[in-house]
Amino acid sequence: MTTASRQARIGRIGLYALLVWVCLFFSIPLLVVISTSLKTSDEVRTFSIFTLPAAPSIAAWIKAWASACTGLNCGGVRVGFWNSVRILIPSVIISVTAGSVTGYALSHWRIRGANVIMLLLLLCAFIPYQVILYPLVKTFSTIGIYSSLPCIIAVHVIFGLPVMSLLFRNFYAGLPEELVKAARIDGAGFWRIFVSVMLPMSVNILIVATILQTTGIWNDYLLGLIFAGRDNMPMTVQLNAIATTSTGIIEYNVNTAAALLTALPPLLVYFVSGRYFVRGITAGAVKG
Amino acid sequence: MATVASQAVGRAYRPRSLAAKIALTPTILVMLGCYYASITWTVYISMTRSFLLPVYHFAGATQYHRLFATPRWQVAYTNMFLFGALDILGTLAVGVLLAVLLDRSVRFEGIFRTILLYPLSISFIVTGLTWQWILSPTIGVQQLVRSFGWSDFVFDWITQPDTAIYTLVFAGIWHQSGLIMAIMLAGLRGVDREIWRAARIEGIPVWRTYISIVLPILRPLMVTCVVLIAIAVVKSYELVVAMTNGGPGFSSDLPGKFVVDFEFERANIGQASAAATVMLGSVLAIVVPYLYFELARKNR
Repeated sequence: MTTASRQARIGRIGLYALLVWVCLFFSIPLLVVISTSLKTSDEVRTFSIFTLPAAPSIAAWIKAWASACTGLNCGGVRVGFWNSVRILIPSVIISVTAGSVTGYALSHWRIRGANVIMLLLLLCAFIPYQVILYPLVKTFSTIGIYSSLPCIIAVHVIFGLPVMSLLFRNFYAGLPEELVKAARIDGAGFWRIFVSVMLPMSVNILIVATILQTTGIWNDYLLGLIFAGRDNMPMTVQLNAIATTSTGIIEYNVNTAAALLTALPPLLVYFVSGRYFVRGITAGAVKG
Repeated sequence: MATVASQAVGRAYRPRSLAAKIALTPTILVMLGCYYASITWTVYISMTRSFLLPVYHFAGATQYHRLFATPRWQVAYTNMFLFGALDILGTLAVGVLLAVLLDRSVRFEGIFRTILLYPLSISFIVTGLTWQWILSPTIGVQQLVRSFGWSDFVFDWITQPDTAIYTLVFAGIWHQSGLIMAIMLAGLRGVDREIWRAARIEGIPVWRTYISIVLPILRPLMVTCVVLIAIAVVKSYELVVAMTNGGPGFSSDLPGKFVVDFEFERANIGQASAAATVMLGSVLAIVVPYLYFELARKNR
């Protein structure tokens, strides 16, 4: 073997070794949480969380799901889970619909000041939530729906609108304008063209947008904390409350199980739809 | 994102329609009402003497003088730069390195990518709690090393006021570098193959080609990455809430948490608005020059 090819070979081995190490570092947090959630409470306190469970059991999972306590409420994270589902479904449907209609109107119809509107929307996508939280709270209190399910849904739609609109506008701007022209000659109007011509071509972007909103809204904490109200606390808020409760003995196995249950829906979405997820996350990276 | 604005050049033909204008109206109303009116309100309130309730009498920079004289804000504001500098450097370094490694036509690339990108799908709350457990002296790394027999090993950064802020960097890098990897890998794949051929003929080593030729070509993309991480740093809230809750004391506080605490726990709207306005200013200081140069570059 020549020196050059030996060097190349050593380089390849180093490359894979480095990649495997980094991947190990990336997977350790998930593995630690899974393994801890399968232990008994005493086991975590005597050893570190890195040791494997002596006798794996899903007792902590059941407790986290059905009877873990947030303050005085001991209904488990299933309460937050169903709250999150109730928040998620309407929020995703409304924000994706609103974004697609806006993106379509901005890309294929003559709107005065369309460029200005898009620039203003783009800036909205960068605004920290903290700047507009309080005025929104005041506004929703005035209307009389603050701290309710409709309120948190409306808030998710508002915060999703800039990124959703720009995502769809970017996609529709890439479609040939002859599509609209031809449909208009056939007598179709704004809505008819949207439903019959545009939507059938938007399956991919609709998937990307739905995944982006689903993971984003499920993972939200701040908006749920402020706008959802006591009866609609999403799973992330409940999880944080359970994990930071300082009374009594900390049950790390239950806390890790609760964390895992909270992370599971977006993780499943990710593993099932990897490619779409990555497309959405890179396009929507400015959000949040 | 800047591509959105640069594509805004008008088209030759676009039909008019009343329905299109009506369909757009809700979005415009939400944008102006919920975003721009709210921003104006917050910025104005930061220049009044508002405390528990908003008052509308103009008072200049009073709130800002008080804000920057508040020890907790000084810590939070300094922390933003400390955490930001390390988080940006670390995430960019790890992300670019991973992109380069995966660019070397690696086998099982799909598996590596899947592992490196999964943290992005996990919420900052779960991320923060997980890293809190890993770094906890009683059950985490310190306990692990001690169980190997090194019984006086100490790794308690997360419980020490001087070091707690640095622990956020671990979680930040873990959560975000996959995103940078994905963006940079797409960029690397787009680099002209001729450049690689030329470099090979010249006998330039691979690592040298990356550092001196390929990565400099991708500088605009790296700037985008830095901007994305920097904005995420300014907005950071949930990570610090779950990981240290700003503690011990308020040693690991960040502006995002300062605003929420002052607004909803201490009910001090004036200070919260001033702090929120500083956050807004920080984001604009990053975004506006970036968009400006991006548009200038794209239109050239």
